[in-house]
Amino acid sequence: MTSVDTPRIDSERTVRVTVNGVPREATVPVRRVLADALRDDLGLTGTHVGCAHGVCGSCTVLVDGDPVRSCLVLAVQVDGAEVTTVEGLAREDHQGGQVLHPVQEAFRECHALQCGFCTPGFLVTIAAGLEARDRSAEITEEEVDELVGGNLCRCTGYANIKKAVRHAAATMREDAS
Amino acid sequence: MTTKLFGEPVRRREDARLIIGKGRYLDDIGAGALAAAFVRSPHAHARITDVDVEAALDVEGLVAIYTYEDLTGPMAEPLPVLIPHPQLHAPRTGYALANGMVNHVGEPVVMVVATDRYLAEDAAERIVVTYEELPVVVGVDAAREARAVVHEDIPDNVAARHHQETGDVEPTLAASPHTLSFTQYIERSACMPLEGKGVHARWDPDDASLRVHSSTQASTSVRAAIAAKLELSLDRVEVVAPDVGGGFGVKIVHPWPEELLVPMAAIRLGHEVKWAEDRREHFISSAHERQQRQEITVGYDDDGRITALDVHVWHDNGAYTPYGIIVPIVTATQLVGPYALPVYRVVVESVYTNTVIVTPYRGAGRPQGCYAMERTMDRVADALGLDRAEVRRRNLITPDQFPYDHHLTFQDGRPVIYDSGDYPGLLDKLVALVGWDEAAALRADAQARGKLLGVGMALYVEGTGPGPYEGGHVQVLGSGKVLVSTGLTSQGQGHETVFAQIVASELGVSMDDVEVHTGDTRRFGYAVGTFASRAAVMSGNAVALAARGVREKAIRIAAEVLEANPEDLEIDEGLVQVKGTPGASIPLRTVAVLSNPLRYAFDEAAKQATQFAGPGDDSKPPVAPGDAPGLEHRDYYSPIRSTFASGAHAAVVEIDPQTWEIDVVRYAVVHDCGNVVNPMIVEGQVHGGVAQGVGGALYERMAYDADGQLQNASFMDFLMPYASEVPDVVIDHQETPSPLNPLGIKGAGEAGVIPGTAAIASAIEDATGRRIASMPISPTELYDLMRDETAERTAASQQTSLQTGVPA
Ligand code: FES
Ligand code: FES
Repeated sequence: MTSVDTPRIDSERTVRVTVNGVPREATVPVRRVLADALRDDLGLTGTHVGCAHGVCGSCTVLVDGDPVRSCLVLAVQVDGAEVTTVEGLAREDHQGGQVLHPVQEAFRECHALQCGFCTPGFLVTIAAGLEARDRSAEITEEEVDELVGGNLCRCTGYANIKKAVRHAAATMREDAS
Repeated sequence: MTTKLFGEPVRRREDARLIIGKGRYLDDIGAGALAAAFVRSPHAHARITDVDVEAALDVEGLVAIYTYEDLTGPMAEPLPVLIPHPQLHAPRTGYALANGMVNHVGEPVVMVVATDRYLAEDAAERIVVTYEELPVVVGVDAAREARAVVHEDIPDNVAARHHQETGDVEPTLAASPHTLSFTQYIERSACMPLEGKGVHARWDPDDASLRVHSSTQASTSVRAAIAAKLELSLDRVEVVAPDVGGGFGVKIVHPWPEELLVPMAAIRLGHEVKWAEDRREHFISSAHERQQRQEITVGYDDDGRITALDVHVWHDNGAYTPYGIIVPIVTATQLVGPYALPVYRVVVESVYTNTVIVTPYRGAGRPQGCYAMERTMDRVADALGLDRAEVRRRNLITPDQFPYDHHLTFQDGRPVIYDSGDYPGLLDKLVALVGWDEAAALRADAQARGKLLGVGMALYVEGTGPGPYEGGHVQVLGSGKVLVSTGLTSQGQGHETVFAQIVASELGVSMDDVEVHTGDTRRFGYAVGTFASRAAVMSGNAVALAARGVREKAIRIAAEVLEANPEDLEIDEGLVQVKGTPGASIPLRTVAVLSNPLRYAFDEAAKQATQFAGPGDDSKPPVAPGDAPGLEHRDYYSPIRSTFASGAHAAVVEIDPQTWEIDVVRYAVVHDCGNVVNPMIVEGQVHGGVAQGVGGALYERMAYDADGQLQNASFMDFLMPYASEVPDVVIDHQETPSPLNPLGIKGAGEAGVIPGTAAIASAIEDATGRRIASMPISPTELYDLMRDETAERTAASQQTSLQTGVPA
């Protein structure tokens, strides 16, 4: 039998990740979840922890473009990956300012947030979904349901979040044409 | 008002930071803080015989361990009974850390502080607490039977007996043409904000002062509690509510043990300490609400007019009563809804159980009251073979009966006198909006698709905006910026926007110049808090009054400078000007500079102001008696009593007779909260409330087993609605302004949740013909009910079966 090198839970590893386009490095205990590493080690507190057991989706970030619940992933698992958090959704406008992602604009326009705690998770999930689809096609209700269906919000009753998805999809469609 | 913002769907200003991840919630504060974790009771009822911390001591990063033995002075005393009441004859509260006894799973026993949360939990895990288990009381029925007791010295488990009556019920019932009696239940749910509670404390030894951030709905009261319990002078303590990730009531309770223990540790350790509640902790140690058993007898005539209503409520208050009997009082007094009841008697017995405490959750007793009243209406209609809408209509208070005195005493100790409303108007709108009269066609259509369809409705009146007061402060700076502060807190209701709209409208400035701060005791020390749909009514009116004070002063100063009659002046877009005389004007910011006779010319504003500054009258002091330097005003709004908002909801449900899945296919809301400051925000509140109402009716319950273990203490098992569970909501509005306050507004925060359980129960009953007497109801429970030969059937369903020959 070969012995497997099982690290102690409090042993540390250095993790190199590109976060929102910037290469970052942090030395973290191997048991630290990605959400905590982003928040506590990298100071990116926009990612929120609502349940820490993978159900609410507030902690969602993009790992290599795909939505991932950062409370269920260890920081060491994303070594070498590209991570996008809510802080990375807006683009630089090359004049020192930022251009919001259409879904961010839509959330504001449609009153899709109240307390805002769940919002980062919805924003990154929806942004990724809208980026991945054919922008020139009108969004269907099934697509809308799919994009908002996996996250919990206790404040809004979801109606305005769905509205914001339609609104953002329409904006992206216009921009694409 | 020269600047029209009041009533407009202005986009929210808080969103700018929240959508880019720059909100500042509790756990975003204090990166260098030590972390607290708690050892909580795993038993529902037990005596603590030993606490052994030995094994935790060598955990790396451990900083401190506190047990009850470490608490001194007022901290060692029981937590306060916040709202005592003469009828709360046996109040009980816990301790910040358990003192030898635990009365529910989750009660804090030991606090551990370490360099980070992971390590604090490592240490907490190694602490061994030995318990001697005691018999457990779960649920109102077990509490009533009192075979076991929660508190040794309360043999019947009854904390309070609350009683109100408006006439002689028994003779009236005896003389009534008809009476009927029934018993029904409603289960526990909980607020479940996405952000749990949390506290961060920093002690400044040089200044001997404490700054606490808490995810609270009542920062001023948390401050007072900390000062009292930690024996600090009030001026040495400041409490700030940062961005708060939802509250819905649970964060109005104070002080939570952690709100005292975290500051205590910060002082003792001379280091910042933080605790952020995790989800399991929230389930087992924060508050729940809603469980009641309701025994109802109603008398009525042949037309369905109610002659007398007699209600006995058994209310589960959990292990302790820190928040008094507010919830059952609200049930007792709001139960009457929009109806004129000739005689009403209510008795509430509030009982202890070995479960998490029960304190207000959005609606705060109103959903239960609505459930009692509206299900009574359904029963009367069914017994007489009348339309449910018609029976309601016959009992409504009519618009000419306002102010309508119910001769009851509300939660604030004031009479329940409805200020204004148009309930028949609500009902008419609802019937049209949901298509009540087309129900038969809908049912036939559903039947053709193999589904059972039912419609149900529920009406409510909601006392909103109770006192005693809120305050507002408005100050115009020399830069032209208008600072607004009020003491109550925000948890996502958009107060920064709404109060800015009000102040901008009142003062005549651009909303961009207005900056609003809430829930920060450094800025405003006197406040009550955010609950009972009171923020817009209370602080909205307070900031309006403060803005009016500023306006008056600005006009007085400008009148002198412009040598004009104050009556001829107006403020528009930040300019004080003579009406109809362009050019004769002075910017409000310049008036702000002029308002202070000490004017060092630090900046352009001060330099500019000198051109307006007169030489002054040598015979008078620069600041006249009774005047004050600065363009600012503080004012308070204190209402004589609550306003009363109202509404009517209807639900259409479709049920699959194979799986008994219940689908709310249409949900209609007619809503009246008086004048509306921001319709976009009000609709958002309605949407959120309805989602919680649907959750409470069909999905959410606290599943305690007989040992007092909460079986579903996670989002995996407690079924909070996702988007797929929330129906599309259609909304219609009605506005009957409140005559009680300057802005004519009523509260809107809780309304959406109140009638959900009642309306959906009614719709399920309509669809199935089976009495629904316990809510929430799951498909499994409905399946069992349908198979239960002894289950009570509605008269309507029996009639249908006679006509069609199909067994109901
Ligand atoms: S915090 Fe990760 S899913 Fe809830
Ligand atoms: S906005 Fe508060 S939880 Fe979604």
